[in-house]
This record gives sequence, C-alpha cells and structure tokens, in this order.
Amino acid sequence: MKIRSMAAVLAASVLLPLGAANATDLEVTHWWTSGGEAAAVAELAKAFDATGNKWVDGAIAGSGGTARPIMISRITGGDPMGATQFNHGRQAEELVEAGLMRDLTDVATREHWKDVIKPASLLDSCTIDGKIYCAPVNIHSWQWLWLSNAAFEKAGVAVPKNWDEFVAAAPALEKAGIVPLAVGGQAWQASGAFDVLMLALAGKDTFYKVFKDKDADMAAGPEMAKVFKAADDARRMSKGTNVQDWNQATNMVITGKAGGQIMGDWAQGEFALAGQVAGKDYSCLPGLGVTDVIATGGDAFYFPLLKDEEKSKAQEVLASTLLAPATQVAFNLKKGSLPVRGDVDLAAANDCMKKGLDILAKGNVIEWTDQLLSADTQKQKEDLFSEFFANPSLTPEDAQKRFAEIIASAD
Amino acid sequence: MTGQPHAGRPSQLLRNLNAKIASIPMILTAVVIFLGGTIWTVVYSFTNSKLLPRAKFVGFDQYERLWAAPRWIVSIENLAIYGLFTLVFSLVIGFVLAALMDQKIRFENTFRTIFLYPFALSFIVTGLVWQWILNPEFGVQSVVRALGWESFAFDPLYNSKIVIYGVLIAGLWQGTGLVMCLLLAGLRGIDEDIWKAARVDGIPMWRTYLFIVIPMMRPVFITTLVIIASGIVKVYDLVVAQTSGGPGISSEVPAKYVYDYMFLAQNLGQGFAASTMMLVTVAIIIVPWAYLEFGGRKRA
Repeated sequence: MKIRSMAAVLAASVLLPLGAANATDLEVTHWWTSGGEAAAVAELAKAFDATGNKWVDGAIAGSGGTARPIMISRITGGDPMGATQFNHGRQAEELVEAGLMRDLTDVATREHWKDVIKPASLLDSCTIDGKIYCAPVNIHSWQWLWLSNAAFEKAGVAVPKNWDEFVAAAPALEKAGIVPLAVGGQAWQASGAFDVLMLALAGKDTFYKVFKDKDADMAAGPEMAKVFKAADDARRMSKGTNVQDWNQATNMVITGKAGGQIMGDWAQGEFALAGQVAGKDYSCLPGLGVTDVIATGGDAFYFPLLKDEEKSKAQEVLASTLLAPATQVAFNLKKGSLPVRGDVDLAAANDCMKKGLDILAKGNVIEWTDQLLSADTQKQKEDLFSEFFANPSLTPEDAQKRFAEIIASAD
Repeated sequence: MTGQPHAGRPSQLLRNLNAKIASIPMILTAVVIFLGGTIWTVVYSFTNSKLLPRAKFVGFDQYERLWAAPRWIVSIENLAIYGLFTLVFSLVIGFVLAALMDQKIRFENTFRTIFLYPFALSFIVTGLVWQWILNPEFGVQSVVRALGWESFAFDPLYNSKIVIYGVLIAGLWQGTGLVMCLLLAGLRGIDEDIWKAARVDGIPMWRTYLFIVIPMMRPVFITTLVIIASGIVKVYDLVVAQTSGGPGISSEVPAKYVYDYMFLAQNLGQGFAASTMMLVTVAIIIVPWAYLEFGGRKRA
C-alpha cells in the first residue's frame, strides 16, 4: 500500500510539470557575462520569450576557456542543454561527428539562410558533410586596436594612426605613467594579440600559408621573424598590466590607465556601457591601421540532439529567432559585433562599427584561427604566447622556433 | 563469532560473513571505479583520442609530446618546489605550534580555533584571499608603502621567478592548522609518565621532544604525511584561483595541465598521458614506502 501511494505521488510529480508546460523552457548556455555582453544576451532572451517560449539563462562566467569544458561535458555526459554558444569553426567539430548535435538543415532551407547570411564563409563553418549544424549570430573580428584618446592627450602625443606610430609613442606614454598596451593575463589574449599582429604585419597570404596550409617553413621564415619582433615590442609595452580578464584590461583603456589594447570588437560593448563615444573618447584602428582585413570569426548557437519533442520544436523556434532581422540588429548593437545578415539596416551603428561594415562590404575578410586550427593546436599556441608575454628571457628567436614546431605538428 | 569451529578453508571464507557481504559494494567500487578507471586511462593514453575517446593506438607519441612540452616541465618543477617546501614547512611549523599549544597555555581552545580556521576555507577562497593580499596595488605592498617605505616591493604573483612561493604561502596558511591539530592529538596521546620520567632523569625539554616524543609519535606522523602528500599531488584549485597558472605559464602544476589538455584543448590522449605520469610519480614514491611500512610487518 505504502509503496503504491508513494509511486503515485512520484508519478504525479513527474506528470504535473509536463501537463502545465505550455511554454517550453529551453536552457541556453553561453559565456557572455561582462556588462556589455550581458546586455546583448538579454536582447536574445527577450526575442525568444516573445515567441511564447522561455529562455532559461545558463551563463557560465569566466570566458570561453572555462565555459566550453562544462558545456562539452554536459553534452557528452548525457545532460544536454537546449542550445549552447560556441565559436563556430572547429570547437564543436567532434561533437557533431559523434552525432550529438542536431542537424538544422531543414530550418536553414526554410528560412533561406544560404541567401541571407553574408559572408558565406560563416555558414560554411557551420556546415559539416553538407549539413548545417549551427546558427551563426554575429561576426566578431579580432583585428582592432582600441586607443584611449585621453591617455595620448595626457602624454602629449597625437593619437597614432597605425601600429608603428603606436610603438613610437610608447616611451611618451610610459613617461606619463601610462601602460602603453594592456594585455590581460588570460592565455587566449596573448595568443590572439599575436595573431592580429601577424595578419596586420605579414599579410593575408602568410597568415593562410601558416594557419591553413600548416607550412612550418613559412612559420620559421624571415616574414614571421618580423612578426615576432613586433610581438617583442608588444611584450615590452604591456609590462605592468597586472590584470587578468580582458574586460579589466579594456577598462584600463577606458579609464586612461593604458594607451591601447589589441582586442576583438566585443571590447566595444564595454566602451558603450561606460558611455564613451567612438572617435571622441576612444579611437579604433581595424587591422592595426596597417592591413584593412577583418576576420569573420564569431559566435554561433549549436543545438544538442534532444529526445523531448516539445524542446526540439522550441529549438527550431530559437534558431529562426536568432537570425531574425530585428534580433540581429538589437543584439549586435549591444554587443558591438557585426550582424550576419547582409540585408539589415544598421543606421544606429557607431563610427567603429561602420568601419567594420565597410571592410565587410568590400569583402576583405579572412577565416580566423578558430576556424582554421583545432582546439589542441590553439591551446599549445596559447601556452607559448602566454609564456612569451610573461617571460622576457624567452627570446623572439626561440619563441619562433617553438611556434614552427607547433605548426609542424598541427592538425 | 559465527558457528562452530570447523577445520579447513570454508570456515575462513564464511567467517564474519555479514561484514564481508556489507563490504562488497565498497570492494566493487574500488575495483571497478578506481582500478578499472585507472587501467582505462592508462590504455587510452596510448591512443590519439581527441574530444571523445577512440581506440586508435599511436604508441608513445603522447608521452614524447608531453616531455617535449615546456609547460609540462615547468609544471613538474613547480610541483617539486611546492611539494618539498610544503612538506618541510607544514610539518615543522605544525609541530612547533602543537608543541607550544601543549604547554598548558591559557585560551588553548581559542588559539586552536584560530589556527585551524583557515582549513575550513576551500582552496578557491584561500587562493582569492591571497591573490588580493599579494596584489601590489591593494595588498601588502601598498600597505607598507602607505606607511612611508616608498621603495618597498613585494609582488610575488607578478614575478615569474617567485610566483610559486606566493602559492606556497597560501597553501601553508591553509594547511598548517590541520597538521598542528593532528600532531597535537598525537602529543596528547603521549603518557604523562614519560614526561615525568624524563624530568626525573634531568633531560632538557627539547631533547625529550626530539628523541623520545617524536619517535613515539611515528604513526601520527605517517598519517599526517599521507594527508599532506596527497594534498600536494592534487594541488589545482589553489593555483587556478590565485594565479590561473600565470604569469605566463610560470605557476602551472601537473593537475592543471591534465585538465587543460583534456577539456580545453580537447585532446584526451595528451591529458591521459599526463595523468598517467602523475600516477607513475606517485607510485614510485608510495610503493617502496608502503612495502617497507606495511609489507615487512605482515611477514614478521
């Protein structure tokens, strides 16, 4: 008797929420937790809630490096969320190959993603064996140098127009007690800054030769030696940063404690949140003012394969909501990134975003390391460059030798 | 005591049957999870598994790459430094504190609580607290400078060469209280008569401690040693909270290498190889010691 009544209670507790659920809860995990990012993700949640479903926010603090292992172990461990952010490219490659991710081709054909998503390489990065597995939401480019106008004014030098002028201005900044270049302690920041220097100073061809064709001779060659020389300058200029997170480093630029920062356009969200105006309070140099090329990395949402039909349906709704023109505009304005649709109007975009849109319209785009390199190679690169930036006794020559070895063994 | 005395083996097997049945789940757990998991890990460390394990064997490739990686070498060096100093200092400081406590002082309970309190904090909290204390802009350095000593510099967490000692300080602060408590319990277990006899013989107190009390406390010391040693090998969260391995890679530890390569780099094979190396290192130290400690006695 007792057992039977217990079972009834248990069954009821399972049945009740099912019966009551008109709106489907969908848990969405992401690592957007800084001020600007949180404001942007709230736009996505608002748009999804408006469809009659419920966005259950699963923000994981501590940037992608902390968040991705948690997401991956939840998916591989049999406790998948409704949808999850990744940088599209190779991060989720194996999850897709293992059949853990949902095929979105139906939604994509219905909504004509192939025609609206510009540049096409974004959707290519979501495509494996002809099937589409993710919904890109924005274009993020790393190739930006953010400069504090106030800092340069204090140091009594003009705001630089390119990398060389910036290096030349460094001593004046230092004399004024300003750290010329803010580089946070997280490993991916040092590694990303190097990639940006490489693209800007060595050009698109070298970049592709090394990272796409994995040409180790090129990586060990004189062209790259130039880049390592510049990285050595950057290392000297970044001495005294003493912060960890990228947004703390951005904050040094916002408050004028640092002259500049090499960081992706997501930094713009922080400037906007601090009430700063592009062109007046801060300046931006795409491609470090040397090479007008931006990468089309970015964020995308992946949808794990779920058994629950209600939730699977909600996944489709979310996928099309993410790419709806209104969502794209609201989200990207807050985030500081560029929309993935070529057909939306970004009249409200600020100076820096307009520069980015221009370059995008000219088609000067490039695939980024997230798309070209495996997570393993990326991590080895991060280890190398975080050591390089922290340890002045590691010479550029030795670092280049190790870099070439990593490229030689890359997959 | 069960049944009548039988002769031969069956009675041996059936003796304390209840206890044996009760321990079956634990035995299964130990065999399947600990032993099985360990063997699985070692086997897969010879594969080129990436995000998901796959049985494609590549020989010693993962190990070759591991020992060629500067970050792994730095990790091992850091663990050696951290381990050696933690072992020595927490035992020495812990014992001195315990001996002081044992002098029948007033407010012993209060002091004991104060010393043991850090142990109640997790390594994450400890790491964050010491990150702030050692931060040159908010912590010790700025306090001393505010007192007027302008040139004072103390920023171990931002100096590659000494960062591991900054971690060590936090580790000692957290762990020494427990060592003190364990040793204090051991000291209390020493018969009062021993002390009286030593006093009658006119042996100075420090010699009594060194040559009579400490040898008598051998079992307590071994327990303490095991607790400290296991804490050393698995040190991870302290480093993550305090320095996240920085600056650069100069405060990395092996456990963090394992985690980073398994989950961040999505390279299970490399992570397994690293964790197997950790196991081998521990085995090299533990096995001969355990053999001497336990193996000999059974035979005697």
